[in-house]
Parts: sequence; C-alpha cells; structure tokens
Amino acid sequence: MTVTVERGARVSRKHEDPKHPRPRDSYALFLLPGVLAFLAVVVLPFAMNTYVSFTDWQGVGDLEWTGLANYRELMDDSEFWESFRHSMFMVVAMAVVPTALGLVLAAALFDYVGKHFGSRTVAVLRACFYLPQVLPIAVAGIVWSWILAPDNGTLNELLGAVGLSSWQQDWLGNPDLALYSVMGVMVWVQLGFPLVVFMAGLQRVDPQLYEAAELDGAGWWRRFWHITLPQIRPETYVVLTWCTIAALKVFGAVYVLTKGGPGGATNVPSYFSFTTFFEKTQVGYGAAISTVLTVIILALSLIGLKLQTRAEEGA
Amino acid sequence: MSTALRRYPVLVALTVAALFMIVPFLIVAVNAVKSPAEYSQNGPLSLPEGLYLDGLKDFWERVDYTQKLINSVLISGAVAVCAVVLSVLNAYAIGIGRVKGRTWVLAFFVLANMLPQEALVYPVYYLSKEVGLYDTRLSVIIVFTVIQAAFGTYLLASVLGQFPREIIEAARIDGANKWQVLWRIVVPVSRPTLGVLLVFFFIWTWNEFLLPLVMLISNDNQTVSVALGVLQGQRLMDATMTNAAALLGVLPAIVFFLLFQRTLTRGIAVGAVK
Repeated sequence: MTVTVERGARVSRKHEDPKHPRPRDSYALFLLPGVLAFLAVVVLPFAMNTYVSFTDWQGVGDLEWTGLANYRELMDDSEFWESFRHSMFMVVAMAVVPTALGLVLAAALFDYVGKHFGSRTVAVLRACFYLPQVLPIAVAGIVWSWILAPDNGTLNELLGAVGLSSWQQDWLGNPDLALYSVMGVMVWVQLGFPLVVFMAGLQRVDPQLYEAAELDGAGWWRRFWHITLPQIRPETYVVLTWCTIAALKVFGAVYVLTKGGPGGATNVPSYFSFTTFFEKTQVGYGAAISTVLTVIILALSLIGLKLQTRAEEGA
Repeated sequence: MSTALRRYPVLVALTVAALFMIVPFLIVAVNAVKSPAEYSQNGPLSLPEGLYLDGLKDFWERVDYTQKLINSVLISGAVAVCAVVLSVLNAYAIGIGRVKGRTWVLAFFVLANMLPQEALVYPVYYLSKEVGLYDTRLSVIIVFTVIQAAFGTYLLASVLGQFPREIIEAARIDGANKWQVLWRIVVPVSRPTLGVLLVFFFIWTWNEFLLPLVMLISNDNQTVSVALGVLQGQRLMDATMTNAAALLGVLPAIVFFLLFQRTLTRGIAVGAVK
C-alpha cells in the first residue's frame, strides 16, 4: 500500500507535500548512518586538508593563514614537478602498458586458447596473470626488492648464469635505472586487472561477429582491430580511468622498493606529500601537494566517467 | 592443419608469459626454505638441498607474526562486515527507496571514493589523536568501513535499482515494514552480490598500506602488510629473512586467491563495469 502511495507521490500532490514526505514514507533514515559516517571520515578531513593547505601549519600550534603561498611555492618547487613527471611514467607503467598488453592477452586467450584448448586452460592462464593483483603491494615490494638486489639478487644471478654478466645492474640503486625498474614491477602488479576485465567484456561479444569475419577471411589482427577493440571500448575506458587513478596514487610500492630514492629518482606526489607531512612536518605544504593531487584525480575521474557513458551509449 | 600449427605458438607464448608472472612466487618459496649458508653458497637460483624452516620460524617469532595475522583478520573482517551493512543501508535508500536527490547522494559517494587517501591522511591522523583513537585497530576499522562502503554503495545502488519491485510491493501489502523488507527480502535475494563485496572489502583492507602505516605504529596493532613493509623499508633484513617475510606475506594472498578465485575474477569485472 505504502509503496503505491510513494510511487504516486508526484501524482497525488494534494495529499502529500513532496518536500516534506511523512517520516514513515521516507527511506532517508536508512541513509543517515552512511551520510554521518561519511561526513566524519571523508568530508571533514578533506575540508580540513584543503583549509590547512592555505596555512603554514607545522602540525602543532596555531594556524596562520597564508593564502596561496604554499601553492605559489609549489609552482617553483622542482621536487614537486619532478614527482609529477614520475607520475606520468607511472601512468605509462600502470595504465597504458597493462591496458595494451591486457587487451592483446585477453583477446588471444579468448579467441585462440579458449576456442582451441578449452576453458580450463584459459582459467589457469588467467589465474597466473591475476595472482599479483591479490598480493599486498608491500609484499610485492619485498619480493621484487630482493629479486632486483645488486648482490646476490635473482635477476643479476640469472643474467650471470646465462653469460650476460655485463648486463648486471644495481636495479633500484642506480638513479638512471630505478624509475624504470619500479615501472617494470608495476606492470607485473597491474596486468591482471585489465586482463580479467577485458576477458569478462569479451563474453558479451556476439560470436557470430567473429565467425562472419573469419569466413570473410579476416586474420587475427584484423578481427582484433575491427571487432574486439570497438566492442570492448566501454571496458577500455573504465580500465584506463581506474589504472590512471591508481598510478597517480601509487605509494606502497615506492615506499617499500626505493623510498623515493636514490636522490628522489623515484619520488611520486603521494610519497612526496607523505614525507612532507610526517618527516618534514610541513603540514600546510603537504596539504597543498595532496590537494593538487586530488584536483587532478577528480578531474581525470570525471573525464573517464564521461568517456565511459558515451562509449556505452554508442555501443 | 596449418591452423593447428599456428595455434600452438600462441599457446606457448601465453604460457611463457604466465610463467613469468608466477616465477617470482616460485623463487621466493624455494629460497625461503634454504639455510643462510646454503643461500650464500649457491645463490638464489639453486634448488634447495633440504627443507630448512628455521628462517621462517625465526622471522615468525621476531615480528610476532601470529599477532599480525590476528590484527589483519580482525581489521579486514570487521571492515568487510561493517562496510557491507553500511552499503546495504545506503543502497536500500538510494536504489529501492529512491530518496530525493539520490543522484546527488550517489555522486557524493562516488567522488568520495575517488579522493586520494593522501588528502585525508593528516586530518585523520590528527583527529584520531584528538579523540583518543590513534594507534588503535578501531580507528582503521572505522576509516576503511566508510571508504569501502562508498564503493559498495555505488555498486549496490545500481543492483538494487533493478530489484523486482513486485516482490517488495507484495511484502508491503502483507504488512511488512521497510526494515523487515530489507532484512527478509532484499538482503537474502542480493546475497551473491553481497558475498562478492564481502570478499573484496576483506582483501582490499588486508592489502591497504598508507593509512594503516600512519595509524598503527605500535607492534601490537600492526597488520601483516604494514609490519612487512616497515621492516623492508628499514632495510634491516638479510636475504633469508627477506624471503621468509615475502613467503609469509604471499601465503595468505595465495590462500585467498584459491578460496575466492571465481568471486574475485568475476566480481572485479562486475565491479569495474557497473
């Protein structure tokens, strides 16, 4: 009964003021705990962070309003720009490369392996690619810092064993190499996510499309390019958005693998803000860094959502 | 014939790539059971001569791994349950209750979910000190319950938006109130989705690093991820110790993976595309 009244609320304005529905008809109470918790844990801290970014607060004592001083300082801070430049490398390692590789691998698994070797083989291979995704990033960092260690590290030992001793490097300790080493680790960490999303997306592609293309003599690359790619465009946008955001936020891997070093060679904004907060205790400045990071991430999220909705409407 | 020949190279290439993904796990496992002497003599690539478990045992005792496991299970379990409950309440109001301004409420949750934790971490640290929750497991449980529930609300609201309304209407006609409809109808019918969320929240919280690193400083409260990450960051470990740490960190992840493989791989796709 009540439900019908509610659904007809717009129609029966005479009986009920739509702005003030009677409490027993409203579901708003169910929202109350969630909204309150949100205000306390997300909105209030975020507002505080933004406010603090306009002060020169050190974490103790009074806050002194300094306006845009922190932001002006950021503009001239080469460490800050450097950390954002490294973020772009992380986007390549965590979004661009895994998405591209994930697309090819997912299509190959779906199209070739699935058809000719059965779904069990596909499931096992998919599981291997996905495994690193379940690992805490701190643990992945431990595993890789040991593999990449200069003395007795597995990678160097392996290179020595196959007669490539001249290729041995201090992978994480060499300022020219460290960023690329971290990128390599991140590709390994991230690859499983796009792969699994794409494989799920491929399930809804009409197999007749492939059959028709195959009958017309289209090779694998042509089918990939003209069927697979356009069909899973919505997934591609989702994956790119999520992975780009993850890349901008990357913290644990940097903390465990390199601590931003050597000499800031692998510093990223989130690690930079962390050290500014807790090691240099320049809370105002750290808040400004994280505010800039937030603005960039939210802007990217909105663009990603837009592209996704457009792709879904077009599909 | 020629097509059959062309298929195998693809399979071989994919298998090699898949092996490359799991090789790190294998060499960690192999080296965690070598003695330090054996390790320094034969290096990381040799097969272990015997099963040497003292390294694992030493490391376990040194970091009090039992306590870390308890902390991780406690925090992740509490977050998973609380966040699912909170998500269900939110999504019930948005998806089924169609509360006024629900689009805005939903947008609010989505945006909050995308906020980087870096923009919350210092105020959360400061506020938790003010209210006496700093360095307690409860503080981390509260924060992650809210953060995970943001995603849960986003996902569940669209699932519940398509909930068959006839069932709800029928129950209401039979005299059930909203609370009863929620617990007796909506929750049981949505159980599969809630299960996926539960698994995800558990594992995501287990893997979290930044906030627990800041909030849990005492040894008795640290999670597995934080304890291992901090040790590694301090570079206090030798190679055998590192391997023991890595193996003990990897094992729970592998157990989750084997237990929840289907849920994870299916759920991640659902979650991402919703």
